[in-house]
Amino acid sequence: MADYVIEMLNITKEFPGIKANDDVTLQLKRGEIHALLGENGAGKSTLMSVLFGLYQPEKGIIKKDGKEVHINTPNDATALRIGMVHQHFKLVECFTVLDNIILGAEPMKGAVVDRASARKRVLELSDRYGLKVDPDALVEIDELMEIMRGFKAEGKSILFITHKLAEIKAVADRCSVLRKGKYMGTVEVADTSVEEMSRLMVGRDVELVSTKGESTPGDVILKVENLTVASKTSKKDAVKAASLQVRAGEIVCLAGIEGNGQTEFVHAVTGLEKPSAGTVTLLGKDITHAPIRQRSKLGMSHIPEDRHKHGLVLDYPLEYNMVLQRYWEKGFQAAGFLKGKAIRSYSDRLIEQYDVRSGQGSVTVARSMSGGNQQKAIVAREIDKDPQLLIAVQPTRGLDVGAIEYIHKQIIAQRDAGKAVLLVSLELDEVMNLSDRILVMYEGEIVGEFDPKTTDTQTLGLYMAGAKRMDKEG
Amino acid sequence: MGKKNTAPRLGNAADGLGSLLASLTCILAGLVIGFIALLILGWITLAQDGNSVTFGEMLSKTWNSGFKAILSGGFYKTANAMGMGVRTEILQAAPLIMTGLSVAFAFKTGLFNIGAAGQYTVGAYFGLYAALVLKLPWWACLIASAIGGAIWGTVPGIFKAFLNVNEVITSIMFNWIGLYGVNTLIYQGGTGAMYNTNTTKTYTIKQVSPESLLPTFNITIGEKGYFGKMFLPTIGIFIAIGVAILIWVVLNKTVFGYELKACGFNKNAAKYAGINDKKNVILSMTIAGALAGLGAGLFYLSGSKEWEPLVSTSLPAAGFNGISVALLASSNPIGCIFSAIFISHITVGGGFMDASIFPSEVSSIISGVVIYLCAFSLLFKSGIRKLFTPKPRAAAGNGKEADA
Repeated sequence: MADYVIEMLNITKEFPGIKANDDVTLQLKRGEIHALLGENGAGKSTLMSVLFGLYQPEKGIIKKDGKEVHINTPNDATALRIGMVHQHFKLVECFTVLDNIILGAEPMKGAVVDRASARKRVLELSDRYGLKVDPDALVEIDELMEIMRGFKAEGKSILFITHKLAEIKAVADRCSVLRKGKYMGTVEVADTSVEEMSRLMVGRDVELVSTKGESTPGDVILKVENLTVASKTSKKDAVKAASLQVRAGEIVCLAGIEGNGQTEFVHAVTGLEKPSAGTVTLLGKDITHAPIRQRSKLGMSHIPEDRHKHGLVLDYPLEYNMVLQRYWEKGFQAAGFLKGKAIRSYSDRLIEQYDVRSGQGSVTVARSMSGGNQQKAIVAREIDKDPQLLIAVQPTRGLDVGAIEYIHKQIIAQRDAGKAVLLVSLELDEVMNLSDRILVMYEGEIVGEFDPKTTDTQTLGLYMAGAKRMDKEG
Repeated sequence: MGKKNTAPRLGNAADGLGSLLASLTCILAGLVIGFIALLILGWITLAQDGNSVTFGEMLSKTWNSGFKAILSGGFYKTANAMGMGVRTEILQAAPLIMTGLSVAFAFKTGLFNIGAAGQYTVGAYFGLYAALVLKLPWWACLIASAIGGAIWGTVPGIFKAFLNVNEVITSIMFNWIGLYGVNTLIYQGGTGAMYNTNTTKTYTIKQVSPESLLPTFNITIGEKGYFGKMFLPTIGIFIAIGVAILIWVVLNKTVFGYELKACGFNKNAAKYAGINDKKNVILSMTIAGALAGLGAGLFYLSGSKEWEPLVSTSLPAAGFNGISVALLASSNPIGCIFSAIFISHITVGGGFMDASIFPSEVSSIISGVVIYLCAFSLLFKSGIRKLFTPKPRAAAGNGKEADA
C-alpha cells in the first residue's frame, strides 16, 4: 500500500445550485510534490478550503496517516501540521494570480497565511536553502521550486496548486486534475505530456502553440523615437532613448526581464507617464504630449499590465467597465446622461461574444469576478474598440491555458485584421509563439531585434540578461 | 445566455437593503445605549437631590419624561403647540440634508470634505449679504449662498488637484479662516452694514428685506393650519429634498457622475480611461461646497436666527453633523434625507426632555453612538449581505453553469 499522508476521499461540497466539488479524491503521498491542476473555478480553492477547515463537506472524509480526522477550523489543520501558503506568495501588493498554495504535511511551524509571517518565512527559507530571495519582490518561480524541492528532500509532502503546466512538468511528481468540480484523475507527471494534462483540465484539445499565418506588414502605425523616461525609483532613466516602429498587420514584441523599462516605455506611449525626451507618433500624428483620451480616439487600445490598478474600476459593475474607454461616445450618452439600455446591451454582447463569465452578467461587480474573466473583459473592451494599434502588456498573466489560448487567438486575429500590435511579455514562450518581430529591452535600452523563426530562447535570454547586445541601429 | 435578463439587479438590491439594515441596526443600538445613559444620568441627578426612587419608578420616569421626548422628536405633545416642534425639526433638517449631501458627494469622488462647516459659514455670509445689503429676492440669495460655499470648496480642491495637498488639512484650515473672516466682515468694528449694534447680531431679514425670506407653507388640518399663523415653516426642506434627488440623478445617471465615481473608486483606472482627474477633484469640491453653502442659505433665509459675529467662535454644528448624516446614509444622497431628518428629530426631541432630570445632550450621545456604530456599519453590512446571499460563490458558479 502506498504511504499516504493526507487523503481526501470522495469529497462533495455543494453550494446552492452547484457542486463545487463533486466526489473528489485527492491522495498525497509522503515526500511527494503533488500538483492540483484545474481551470479558474474548477473547485481547487474549495477543495483546499475543505482541507483547511474553512468549509465542511457534505460528503467524504479526510484521513491523516490513514486515520480519519475532522477539520473544523484552520486551527485544527494547523494542529495536524498542515500549513498553507496562500495565493500571495509574492508578499507585496502585486496582481499576478500565481496560485501557489503549498501544503506541507510534515512539521512546518504552523500555518503561514498572513503577509508578515509569510515574509519572515521566506527569509527563513532563503537562509536555510541559500537562496537569494528578496521578500519584497515577486518570488521567482524557479526559486519557489527550489524551496519546494528542498522540502521534498526533507520528506515533506507538498500540494502545489497551479494552472501552469510548465511548472508542474518541472517540479511535480504526480498531478490530480479537477474540471468543473469533478475529479478527472491523477497522473504521473513524468509519463504524461503537457498536452494530455491540458486536455484533462479543459476537456478538449488546447492549442498550446497558436498557429498563425505569415504576417504582411503594411504602413507604420506607431513610431517611437528616442523615447526617454525618468525612473520613479532611482536617478537613472528607466527608458533610455528607445526607438521602435510597429506596422499594420504585425505583432511586435517587447521582451525583457521584468523591471527593465518596459512598463515605463508603455506608460509613456499610452500617456500614463510623461517622457522626458523623444517623440511618439501614431498614424502620422505626434502624440508625445497628447492626453490619454485623444490617443484612445486616434485608435490606440491598451490592455494594461495591471488589471486591478489600471484596467478596471473594481467596484463598478461589469457593464460600466465594458464602456470604460467609450462611455462618452454618442452611442452611450445623450446630453450628459448615460444611456443605460445601450450600455447594457453593448455589455451583454461583449460578454457573449468574448465568453466573459460572471455570476450575474452585466451587473456583476467586477471585483467579484475571477482574474481570468476580468482579463477577458478587458481584452474584449480593448479589442472591440476596433483600434488601429493594440498595446497588450502581459495579457495572459496569471491565466489558465484555456484563457491564454483564447487571448492569443484574439491578438492574432487583430494582427490578421491589419491592426498593429505591440506586445509586452515576460513569458518567453508567449514571445516566441505570438510575435512577428522581437525587440529585447535591457536596462531601458533596446539591445536587439530578432525574427522568432531564426532565433531561440537561449539567444533571447542572453540579450535579456544583458550578456550580449547588437550595435545600435539608426 | 437567456438567463442574463432574468437575473439582473439582485446583487445591487441586496446591497442597498444591506446598507439600510446596517444603518437601522446602528440606530437601534444607539437608542438602546441612549436609554441606558438617560437612566443612569437621571438616577444620579435624583439621588443628588436626595430623592430615592425604585428601579421601576426610574424606568417609567426615564421613559415618560425623557426617552419619549427623544423618540417623539418635534412631535412631542407638550412641545408641539401650533406645530412648533415639527417646524423646528424641519427647519434644522434642511441644512443638515445639504451638509450631508456635501460630504457624501465629495466622498463618492474619493475626497473627505471635512470643510462643510466652513463652506456653510461662507455660504451664510453670502446669503445674508445678498439679503440684508443687496435686498435680493430669496432665490437669488440662495444662489449667492451656494456660490459662497462653492468658492470655499473650490480652493481646497485646487490645492488637492495641482499641489496634492490633502483636502482634509486645507479644508480644516479653511473652516477657521471662513468663520473668523465672516465674523470680521459682518462686525467690521461695529460698523458692518449687516450689523445691528443694538442686538449685537445681524439685522433680522424680516425687517430689512422680507422679500429675501424663503416662502412658507402650511398644512391645513380640519379648519385650522397645523402650524398656526405666526411661525410657518419654510419650503427649505423641500428644496433640500429636491437637491438630494438631483444629486442622486447626477451621481447615478450622468456621464459626469460616472467619471466622478470612477475617480473615487480607482484614480488610476480613471486616468487610464482618459478621465481628467484634476478637473474632477476640483469640480467635486466645488459642488460639495455649493451644497453646504446652500444649506446655510436654507437655514439663515428662514429668518429664525441671526448671525452673532461676536460670539460665533465655534464652527456651525450643521457642518460636522453633515459628516454624521453622510456616514449614516452610507453616502447615498437619498439616504441623506432620512438620516438628516433622524438626527434633527432626536436633537429637537432631546431639547424637550424634563431638563430638571435629564440633560438634553443625551440626544448628542445617541447620535454620537449611532455615528460611532456607523463606522462599524461596513461590518454589519457584510454580515447582513451574507444573510441575504448566503453563498456568493454559488451564485458565480450558477452563472458559469449557465454559460457552459
